[in-house]
Amino acid sequence: MSNESAVFFSRLLTEFTLTFHIIYATIGVGVPLMIMIAQWIGIKKNDEHYILLARRIARGYVITVAVGVVTGTAFGLQLSLLWPNFMELAGNVIALPLFMETFAFFFEAIFLGIYLYTWDRFENQKKHFLLLIPVAIGSSASAIFITMVNAFMNSPRGFDLVDGQLTNVQPILAMLTPSMPTKVGHVLVTAYMTTAFLLAAIAAFKMLKGSKHVYHKKSLFLFMKLGLVFAIATAIIGDFSGKYLNKYQPEKLAAAEWHFETDKGADLILFGVLNEKTEQIKYEIRIPKMLSFLASDNFNAEVKGLNDFPKDETPPLYIHYLFDFMVSVGVLMIVIGLAYLLGIWRNWRLVDSRWFKWIIVAGGPLTFLAVEAGWWLAEVGRQPWILVNYMKVSEAATTSDNVGLMAALFAILYVILGIGSVVVLRRMFKNNPVERELEERHNEESDHK
Amino acid sequence: MNIEILGISVLWIFLFGYIIVGSIDFGAGFFNAYGILTNKQRILSTIIQRYLSPVWEVTNVFFVFFFVGIIGFFPKTAVYFGQPMLIPGSIILILLCIRGSYYAFESYGTKGHKGYATLYGASGVLIPAALSITLTISEGGFVSIGKGGPELDFKALFTSPLTWSVVVLSISACLFISATFLTWYANKANDLEARELLKKYAFFWAIPLVVAVIGIMVELRSHNPLHYNRMMDMWYLLVLSALMFIGTIYLLWSNKKFGVAIGLVIGQFLFAFFAYGIGHYPYLMYPHLTIYDSFTNQSMAIALVVTFVLGLLLLLPALWLIMKLFIFNKDYAKGKNDTHV
Repeated sequence: MSNESAVFFSRLLTEFTLTFHIIYATIGVGVPLMIMIAQWIGIKKNDEHYILLARRIARGYVITVAVGVVTGTAFGLQLSLLWPNFMELAGNVIALPLFMETFAFFFEAIFLGIYLYTWDRFENQKKHFLLLIPVAIGSSASAIFITMVNAFMNSPRGFDLVDGQLTNVQPILAMLTPSMPTKVGHVLVTAYMTTAFLLAAIAAFKMLKGSKHVYHKKSLFLFMKLGLVFAIATAIIGDFSGKYLNKYQPEKLAAAEWHFETDKGADLILFGVLNEKTEQIKYEIRIPKMLSFLASDNFNAEVKGLNDFPKDETPPLYIHYLFDFMVSVGVLMIVIGLAYLLGIWRNWRLVDSRWFKWIIVAGGPLTFLAVEAGWWLAEVGRQPWILVNYMKVSEAATTSDNVGLMAALFAILYVILGIGSVVVLRRMFKNNPVERELEERHNEESDHK
Repeated sequence: MNIEILGISVLWIFLFGYIIVGSIDFGAGFFNAYGILTNKQRILSTIIQRYLSPVWEVTNVFFVFFFVGIIGFFPKTAVYFGQPMLIPGSIILILLCIRGSYYAFESYGTKGHKGYATLYGASGVLIPAALSITLTISEGGFVSIGKGGPELDFKALFTSPLTWSVVVLSISACLFISATFLTWYANKANDLEARELLKKYAFFWAIPLVVAVIGIMVELRSHNPLHYNRMMDMWYLLVLSALMFIGTIYLLWSNKKFGVAIGLVIGQFLFAFFAYGIGHYPYLMYPHLTIYDSFTNQSMAIALVVTFVLGLLLLLPALWLIMKLFIFNKDYAKGKNDTHV
């Protein structure tokens, strides 16, 4: 019944949409919190720089939100267009968090509209600040609910399948699956981390481009600090994810770690190149017994190997590279964050050097690449399943012959939207630097006096 | 009332909400672009943008809400509508993406850019046309169940006069609703020049609207007699709707009570939309799918209804707040305090 090219192009199109969407979605989840913190500090310290920082981030945020909203809408509907059989089953079991997500999204949209259009309308800045709380709650809540759906796909439960018939559906149980806590936690903190490092990268870039204004210094310091906190949180939750995988999805862990034979005291493999035919690994860094330790806090615990699983139920082995990349960037960002903060406190010259700022600038895009790598790892890592142990990807896709054409159209669309948003954002900030905006505000104030 | 009917009623109300706010939004984009291309921008753009800016994202959510809701309450629709709608659905999505993002690009990035505004306006009228295809295929006769599941017969669809009547109806209704709403909004802002121009647009689009409605009734009678007859059983709703339409035209003509005119427009579409919807009962897609054989399991239905009630408790005050701050706020409508970020 399945149509092979339709399955292939459905996967491709879904990958295009998600890969593009998560850039904007990650910003969408992280930025409201960052605006909130900047504005809060501004009110507390009575420092106009932080208020302006919040305002400028909010202005850029409108553009990213627009692209995030439309691609999110596209993805929501594409699920039914491309994976009708999956959505029929999912509708019966996992519709609840999907439904809740739309409420969170609604809530966020309303308050974001109000927030953006009421600057200077309230006498008291704190009142305006209050509007940000529902925005931040709404954006994080929608991430939580949609990640619950994804967690369900990885560790489905809350229903019984008897002879192809669904029975005993328990919507709440389907939301609270074993992979849910680690997934939700990981998605949230990485979104906060990524946006913090992105904003830090922008500040560092402005300083490199010659702006001496103290505004950028304050911004850099604030976001490096936040980035470090969330990077450490990410690492901790990432460790929990490893333990989850060992217990519930061992084939994903084994593929990500190139762990073929089940044994006790398994080694951790960092980097390396695999010859898939001979299963020989070259150029790796091998840390003895570390995999067992990471998977279960015991150096001699048994870790299941890939050879114990049927060949047609294991994910592709290239996910190891994705895993390495994601973890390396995470570790790198913790090191950079620590070096920066220690440098500030101990007056190291490093902090003022140009090359260190360039590293911070590179950190922005790198963390986004790590988010992409992490999602590819998570998604490709459960191949060939769309609903692990219940439904294969090939059984879920549409059988329509036109998916290839649609994939091409959407690819073009995403390129246009990507370029468009970058051009508009650049123009917005280039034509209106901080120095000028501050000056204008001061002129206005003196006019009023 | 059983829970299936409750479910479909809730969704139908939300779809109606989307049709109203979406029409205002799509039409506003169209008039904005038309204004820019014909150099009437000075008159139209400020009033339109002032309304649109804080609410454009909210409009979009109505749509998301509907399609997530229908999968939740009626999961089989994913197969029966999702599979045949791949191409029209994807086109709608591409148009929505262009529209949503280019609105933001234009309003916050480069104001008054002709290309952006045209894209935005054109996509706005194409979306209702593309969306209305869903209503046509739900009438039956265009979708057959093949080996790989439901399939759409494009040739039959695009050669059917019913399809084109529905397309004309959706476009003219959208522009009529939008023009009437903006007339009221311009009047509120004391912008008489914009008001008179928008009023003209409302009259203009009322004509194809009437023609399309008659066309659809004629087509439906032969295409799906069951649906037609059931609608005729509710003739009083249709008559009420027509009377309200006449009332709207009268009020606009005599420059009186624009607020009441808006109420009448909403009422007019509400009655017609519900007569159409109730007549469609019990089919979601004639004759393959009814609301009973596609309904979700009992526990999910209850969970969704509970969530829905709780969600509304959160949503209604928030919606009221945004209306009070922007749409019903005279100072804002007049542009007295422009406090955009």
